[in-house]
Amino acid sequence: MEITVTVNGTPQTHDVEPRLLLVQYIREVVGLTGTNIGCDTSSCGACSLHLNGEAVKSCTVLAVQADGQDIRTIEGMAAADGTLHPMQQAFMENHGLQCGYCTPGMVMAATSLLQENPNPTEEDVRLGLEGNLCRCTGYHNIVKSVLAAASANA
Amino acid sequence: MTMTDAPTATSVIGQRLLRKEDPVLLTGEAVFANDMKVPGALHMAVLRSPYASATIVSIDTSAAAAMPGVRAVYTGADLAEQWAAPMPCAWAVTEDMLNPPHHPIAIDAVHYVGDGVAVVLADSDAIAHDAIEAIDVEYDSREPIIDLDDALSDRVLVHPDLGTNSSYTWNLLIEETDGAVQKAFDEAAYTVSERYVQQRLIPMAMEPRAVVSIPQPFGGDLTLYTSTQIPHVLKVMIAVTLGVPEHQLRVIAPAVGGGFGSKLDVYAEELLCVALSRKHGVPVRWNETRSENTVATIQGRGQIQHMELAADADGKLTAMRVRLTADMGAYMQLITPGIPLLGAFLYAGVYDLPKAYDFSCTGVFTNLTPTDAYRGAGRPEATYAIERAMDALAAVVGLDPLEFRRRNFIRKEQFPYEACTGLTYDSGDHDAAATIAADMIDYAGVRARQAEQNVDGATKRLGLGVSTYFEMCGLAPSRVLASLNYSAGGWEAATVRILPTSKVQVVTGTSPHGQGHETSWSMIVADKLGIDPADVDVLHSDTTIAPLGMDTYGSRSLPVGGVAVGMACDKVIDKAKQIAAHQMEANVDDLEFTGGVFRVAGSPDKEMPLAAIAFEAFTAHNLPDGLEPNLEAQVTYDPPNFSWPFGTHMCLVEVDIETGAIEVLQYVAVDDCGNQVNPMIVEGQVHGGVVQGLAQALFEGADHDADGNLRTSTLADYLVPAASDVPSITTGRSVTPSPTNPLGVKGVGEAGTIGAAPAVMNAIVDALSGLGVHDVSMPASPNTVWNAIHAAQSTTSPNGGPQ
Repeated sequence: MEITVTVNGTPQTHDVEPRLLLVQYIREVVGLTGTNIGCDTSSCGACSLHLNGEAVKSCTVLAVQADGQDIRTIEGMAAADGTLHPMQQAFMENHGLQCGYCTPGMVMAATSLLQENPNPTEEDVRLGLEGNLCRCTGYHNIVKSVLAAASANA
Repeated sequence: MTMTDAPTATSVIGQRLLRKEDPVLLTGEAVFANDMKVPGALHMAVLRSPYASATIVSIDTSAAAAMPGVRAVYTGADLAEQWAAPMPCAWAVTEDMLNPPHHPIAIDAVHYVGDGVAVVLADSDAIAHDAIEAIDVEYDSREPIIDLDDALSDRVLVHPDLGTNSSYTWNLLIEETDGAVQKAFDEAAYTVSERYVQQRLIPMAMEPRAVVSIPQPFGGDLTLYTSTQIPHVLKVMIAVTLGVPEHQLRVIAPAVGGGFGSKLDVYAEELLCVALSRKHGVPVRWNETRSENTVATIQGRGQIQHMELAADADGKLTAMRVRLTADMGAYMQLITPGIPLLGAFLYAGVYDLPKAYDFSCTGVFTNLTPTDAYRGAGRPEATYAIERAMDALAAVVGLDPLEFRRRNFIRKEQFPYEACTGLTYDSGDHDAAATIAADMIDYAGVRARQAEQNVDGATKRLGLGVSTYFEMCGLAPSRVLASLNYSAGGWEAATVRILPTSKVQVVTGTSPHGQGHETSWSMIVADKLGIDPADVDVLHSDTTIAPLGMDTYGSRSLPVGGVAVGMACDKVIDKAKQIAAHQMEANVDDLEFTGGVFRVAGSPDKEMPLAAIAFEAFTAHNLPDGLEPNLEAQVTYDPPNFSWPFGTHMCLVEVDIETGAIEVLQYVAVDDCGNQVNPMIVEGQVHGGVVQGLAQALFEGADHDADGNLRTSTLADYLVPAASDVPSITTGRSVTPSPTNPLGVKGVGEAGTIGAAPAVMNAIVDALSGLGVHDVSMPASPNTVWNAIHAAQSTTSPNGGPQ
């Protein structure tokens, strides 16, 4: 099936298998490998990206379902001049990542969370990110990063 | 918080420098093995056994082989001649240890659910996975052995040819005089005898494993990209196992998404990709699904511990007896049999135990996924047993758990302390760490609140848990490894290379996967050479760029690898000094080096910056006679001792005795890892470690049914905690520099995990002690806690229910 999507501002048209997951499409067809795969049960959130501005786990969406829609991946977060997105900057400044494998998904989920709730409490952040697993940080500095990004926005 | 010997304000060491690693990881620019774009690669998929124990009667691959896009299908029998040797186990802990041959693909029998039985090579990952579904295998299944005690009985054998399920028994008996242990128990005023179960855990690095093998069919070279912690060890093992000439092998660990010990191994899929890419003359790649990862990557822990302590009338420990049964799983992986031995030297914890220690461990095969190193590897288990048993003994003696510990601490003035096991603990101050932790959590205040809250009829009970630990890490002095019959050394290598324009390349043999070595090693170099850390690049995890190395595990990277980097800096400064002396026509001994500049003592006008010397070394126009024209130094450092970080963790919980639900109210971790190169990174290691230990206590366990099927085979079933499941961690520190190495540093990668599980479980049992609960098994799910309460009440209460 032919689909046309906008990925990080660039329109893309491809012929895809109906069973192809959006995450596989982004990684294998579009060739953007910043979006990672950490499980096969939609549990870990490593593949989170923005579909029409809202975070989704891209393993729960078929590529064909994204036809005609707007996709933003981790590669589309930093500015063209190399300036990190405020959430990326907050993760860097607060040591919100170690191995970095969950990080793209975590950043995409966290930015979406702040769009919905610009002034979250610690508990809001912890609950809001419960669909994204991290094995390195114990979440302490991830939560700190998101709260820091929120107060930088305020 | 106290700090001793704090680094000076001008030093780079000790600053919270942001990580160099982060920009590529935050933007998706980092390349993990599965991200690599490799034209012409064939995709491998592995068909795995659904039986825990079976003989393979027949395999029909014809339907799979006929599918469009399938290039080849192989069974174990087809590939038998590929293996020059069985898969490696580097740690034969006893001379008579039984180690059945283990091949990357089972040849005639399978021994656990997940054992590989056939592989497909296809044009895409999807086709390869479709094709393995079309392979028809006829199995003759046998009764599997899942339970450790059942395995010990040899009622059914995992490997019938061995005649027993017991692979080895390893003993460590330390007695001042013959019979000292038994005598101490006979004469003890107080004793406890406890049994603890260390459930199997699934490491669950967020990145499943991935492998890409790229051969050069005519030239003969082969490059292997793999998500491993150990590219250097793996290169040697591939050479031995596959007969590939080592000098033509290059192993690269690209960005690696966590390891926690699970990538400290030589895996079947790595050997298969190498063998098949050579056979076909094209690249072969494989990526692990999460459901495969839970059975095909090693699991951790899996021990039954019997712990006996004896104490005199003053509550001082007089003897200890430890009996372990350790679950090896179906085969020995790289260091499977040695994991319990890494704990053997730590059962006495931070306590002053006389020479009356009796340890014995039996390694037992079961029809389950092999076990191997998982964060802490043997040491969290040991710390758990002693710290839980110390609480049990404190209760018998009638002392507060913290006071009881203080009575038994090795005192500061006893360091360096020769432990009863013969090892020397180089430094420690347990009283200080315990005092800091107690102050941070308001120990006395919490005890008072507890007395108020935990009254008869109270349904929500407060519990305060204490754990203290010593960790034996910084693996390791090579001669000590030799005495334990380990087949490799424990050294680490570093090269410091000052380039003509004075930028610096550091080559390290460590192989980071989240620990921030690029940042920390840059800080060590910047501090030594008086330069900006941004002017240092750290090269690693590629056996051609960094040919010498022993990789990253066992909290070894800083106290061995980082120390080597510092020593290489000293060596390069010595060489630069000779050039500076020559050019300034001064005596080498009169030169001082500070802030990146050589100065002649007493002649303030004579100075030469390192940058100028770098260019002089490059042009070689005016060097001292005989001096080689480069500014580079290499050091291989074999540590004289282990690294001995220590600490005290305290955890405050509230248990709802009506539901068994546990809320962690506060967690305090005071860790002493000597001088801290980057406190931000140290704290991050502690946070993550604590949550992994807390997860063992509260959430995680690899659960198998009686047939050996893993019931927790996905992240939907296996409870890796989410942000909403865990508390913030309050970190504190003391700083007791290691006298063993010139940087005064100790490892910190595993400390949090070691301290956490016993702190949490001690808190839970403390909360329930008024209800007659003596122990709760891990993971302490609400159901487990509720059952423990009701079991205790049915034996202590006439009404049979909670009061």
